[in-house]
This record gives sequence, structure tokens and C-alpha cells, in this order.
Amino acid sequence: MQTKRLFKGMMMAFGIFCVGILPVHAKEKMIQIKGSDTIVNLSQAWAEEFMTEKPNVSIAVTGGGSGTGIAALINGTTDIANSSRKIKKKELDDAQKGGYYPEEFKVAVDALAVIVNPANSVKELTIDQLSGIFTGKITNWNEVGGKNEKILVLSRDRNSGTHMYFLEQVLRKGNEKGPEQFAPSVLMLPSSEAIINETSTSESAIGYDGLGYVSAKVKTLAVAKKNGDAFVLPSKETAMNKSYPIWRFLYMYTGFKPRGEIKAFIDFVLSGKGQKIVDAMDFVPLGEK
Amino acid sequence: MEFFIEKAILLNGFACILFVILIFFFLAKDGLALFKFVTIQDFLFGTLWNPLAEPPQFGILPLFLGSLIVTLGATIISVPLGMACAIFIGEIAPRWMRETLKAGVELLAAIPSIVIGFIGMTMLGPVVKNLFHLPTGLTALTGALALAFMAIPTIVSIMEDAISSVPRIYKEGSLALGATHWQTIYRVIIPAASSGIVAAVMLGIGRVIGETMAVMMLTGNASVIPKTILAPVRTMTATIAAEMGETVRGSEHYFALFALGLVLFVITFFINLVADAALHRKQK
Repeated sequence: MQTKRLFKGMMMAFGIFCVGILPVHAKEKMIQIKGSDTIVNLSQAWAEEFMTEKPNVSIAVTGGGSGTGIAALINGTTDIANSSRKIKKKELDDAQKGGYYPEEFKVAVDALAVIVNPANSVKELTIDQLSGIFTGKITNWNEVGGKNEKILVLSRDRNSGTHMYFLEQVLRKGNEKGPEQFAPSVLMLPSSEAIINETSTSESAIGYDGLGYVSAKVKTLAVAKKNGDAFVLPSKETAMNKSYPIWRFLYMYTGFKPRGEIKAFIDFVLSGKGQKIVDAMDFVPLGEK
Repeated sequence: MEFFIEKAILLNGFACILFVILIFFFLAKDGLALFKFVTIQDFLFGTLWNPLAEPPQFGILPLFLGSLIVTLGATIISVPLGMACAIFIGEIAPRWMRETLKAGVELLAAIPSIVIGFIGMTMLGPVVKNLFHLPTGLTALTGALALAFMAIPTIVSIMEDAISSVPRIYKEGSLALGATHWQTIYRVIIPAASSGIVAAVMLGIGRVIGETMAVMMLTGNASVIPKTILAPVRTMTATIAAEMGETVRGSEHYFALFALGLVLFVITFFINLVADAALHRKQK
């Protein structure tokens, strides 16, 4: 008797659930965005602005890392994958095996700042010196014009697209398959905030972070591409005019040539309005690049 | 009606075991795929963990030793503290205090590990750094201290159960023979509860070795072979958590992380087995 009543109740609840959910589904268009943690907040800002303009579209943004995003694209569980690195050959092959033809969009520029403790007397380093410090060839600040103190080297962990970028463009000086590695003694910290925190409390520390994360608690270094080149401090301007050497593109990938709402969203991201949001979120707009 | 409920409960019981088996097979399937590329010796005894190098190096020795030193440190700190706490709650504290203390210790278990990690990063790290004049406060010791905190509730509550389930007549007999309360505790009660105490320690270790978030935030994650407990280390759990997000699926690196998970699974499985054996010995 009681179970029968329970069953009836459950059926009714299910019925109400169905009636409630159906019209919403019929009207709304869902876009799933997944991937790089660097771009999560930026994507969220784009999504919010886009959704106020087109209330019938709802966009869900999740992080998890560039690899996670691209894997989700290959599995068909996301519409757009955010990535802070270019898609790898193997991923492209896997996607095509699954019937997807990823399209690439450059959506913003991210400049990486090299940071030290404000008490550090060193003001500028070349890419060569940075490579030496992060690979463990240079271990004392006095080798690069500072005081006699062991260098505490900080890096983002390997889950971060920033780590990969810094490895390829700074440690390996642009030769992506080069032999250089982060020294085993390098501390791998799990977040941008942890790097700022550690750099601000440790006088011998050096680290790197997205320009948007840098605060007054740390000092940014001027960087020169080669010996003899001018040392340039990172800023939106120097990243946009390419005079600052450590910058990268941020990407979005779609499984197919975008259509409908997805196309509208990507167009919005690349529009002047979308790029203004890039600027507001402390990344660097695409500009003329 | 009763028939269905019984069957439903039975099904749930089997489902749990089934899940464990499925998880194991899933781990093993992707984990063992690594050994098409790397030999088992290079994996277990290699001293360099460089998954992004060309060719990649997957030596887990520094990671294994990192987990070991953090776990050992946390055990050395948490076992005496937990044991003292359990004895006090079980034997010495008056009844009203006992309930409050027990609830308090169990509340400690409810603190999310990321909160412990955050507190450790902002409060514990600087203390360790200044106390030992280190370049950084992110060391194995910092991680061990935070993990000790997380293991204590497990240790205390299981140990206290073991201590209070020692039959009253043992205690009364000992006291009647003229032993003091303290003599009774360490000559009668602790030996009688020893199997439960061993189980508590093993489960505490199991809790520590599998912990991820707090160690990732506190140990600095440098994949060097640790020479002292004051050096930064990288644990196996933190490595998986930190690297899974950016790996290419189906790559060697991806398989290596599953193999690492398999190693962890085997370790925790044996720890649980020992704890279980200890508990069963008591029932005989």
C-alpha cells in the first residue's frame, strides 16, 4: 500500500520534472566551453556579456587545463576548447579519427612577466640568463649581477599552459624540441597566486606569471631577447608592439567550422567589444598581431 | 517487501566491490600501457621525472621518496600525539570532557584539505622558513605538519574505540593487584588494545599517503631526491593532480600518470590489508 503511494508520488514528481524541463530545452541553445585555466575567467567574462546580448543562448564555461579541453573536444563533450597552447599533431589525428575537424582561433595575447622580490637588486635579464637560471646552470644571483645568494627558482606546474610556453620559448629559446629542461630543484607551484605569494616573501626567489596576475608585492624584470638588445619591461603596450619578447597567443578550438550560435560567439570574441573585455581582464588584445 | 530490501542491500554491497575492481582494471589498463615505451626498472628506479623532455623520462624514484618522507614525517608527528590524545579521552578524561573532546577531534576531520593547505601556506610556511632559516617555507616538513593534522582525527577515533573496548575486568584486575592507573594503562590496556592501535596507525598512514591538495600547496613540488625533511619534495599524488590537466590523452605521459596511480593504489591496498589483518587478529 505504502509503496504504491510512493511509486505514484515518484511518477508525479517525474512528470512535473519533464514538463518543467522540456520548454526550456526547446528554446535555449547551450554552448559548452572547456579547457585552459588561464582563459577560464576571460571566457566567463565573454560568456556573460554575450548572454546578456542573446538571452536565448546559455554558455557553460569550465576549466581543467588545455589538454582536458582538447580531449573533451575530441570526445564530443564540449563545443569549444580553450587552449593556451597550439593543438598537438597527435590530438589533431585523434580528432580526425573521431570525425572532427578542429578549427583554430587566436582569441587574445598573454604576456608573461618575470618577477623577483622587491628587495632584489637585479633589474634586467636576457633570455639566455633566464634559460640558465631555470635549467639550473646559473644558481647564484651574483652570476647575473646580484648579491651572493642562492637563487630560489619558482615555476608553475606542468598542468599549466604557462609552464609549457615558458619551457619552449624561454628555456629552449624558441626551439620547441630542444634538450633544455627545468632543473629538478625548481619548485613547481600549483597556482599563479602561490608564485606571487612565494616571491613576495622570499628574497632570493625568481618566478614568472601572466601579466594580469602581477601585483605590487613583487618586482617585474625587464627582459632582452639577445645580448645587446634593449631590455624591455612587460606591459600591454610592449606586448602589443612585440618589443617585449615573452608573449603568446591564447586559442579557442571548435570541432567543426563554427555555425549558428557558436559562430556568433566566436565572432563576438574577435569583435572590438570582445577584445575590449580582453583588455579589461588584464590580458592583451590581439591588436595588429 | 523485506525480500526486496534485503536484495537491494545485497546488491549495494556487491556494487561497492564491483566498483573497486572496475577502478583497478581501468587503472591497470592505462597504467600498464606505459611499459610498451618504458621498462619497469626505468620507471621504478629512474631518478629523473621529466615528462616533457625529448625523449621523456619517467623515473618515479624522487616522487616515491617524496611521498615516503612526507608520510613518514606526518606519521612520526601524528602517532604519538594521536595516541596521547586517545589515551586521555579513553582513560583519563572525565565523562563530560570525553564527549566534548571526541566531538572536537572528529570536527577536525571535517576541515577540507584545501583549507588546511591554505592555512599551511600562509601561516605554517613562513614559520618553518624563519625557524630553520630556509630560502623557502615550502618543504616536506611543512607538508608533513599539515598532514599530521589531517591524520590525527582518524588515528584518535579508531584508537580510542580500541582502548575503550578493552574489557573492564582487565583494568579492574590490574588495579586490584596494586598497579597504579599509569601502570595499568601502559602495561595492560595498551597491549590489550594493540591490534586496534596498529590498525589506527595504518589507516592514518593511508589517509596521509593519498592526500593531494594540501601537499601540492605546501611541499614545493620540486622533483629532487630529498636529502633532508627541510627540502622541497614532489609527491606521487601531487604529480598526478598537477599534470593530468595538460597531458595529451593516450600519450606516454598520460599512461605514466596512470601507472603512478597504480603504484599508489597498490600501496594503499597493502596498507589497508595490514590494518585489516591487525583488526582481525584482535577478534580471535
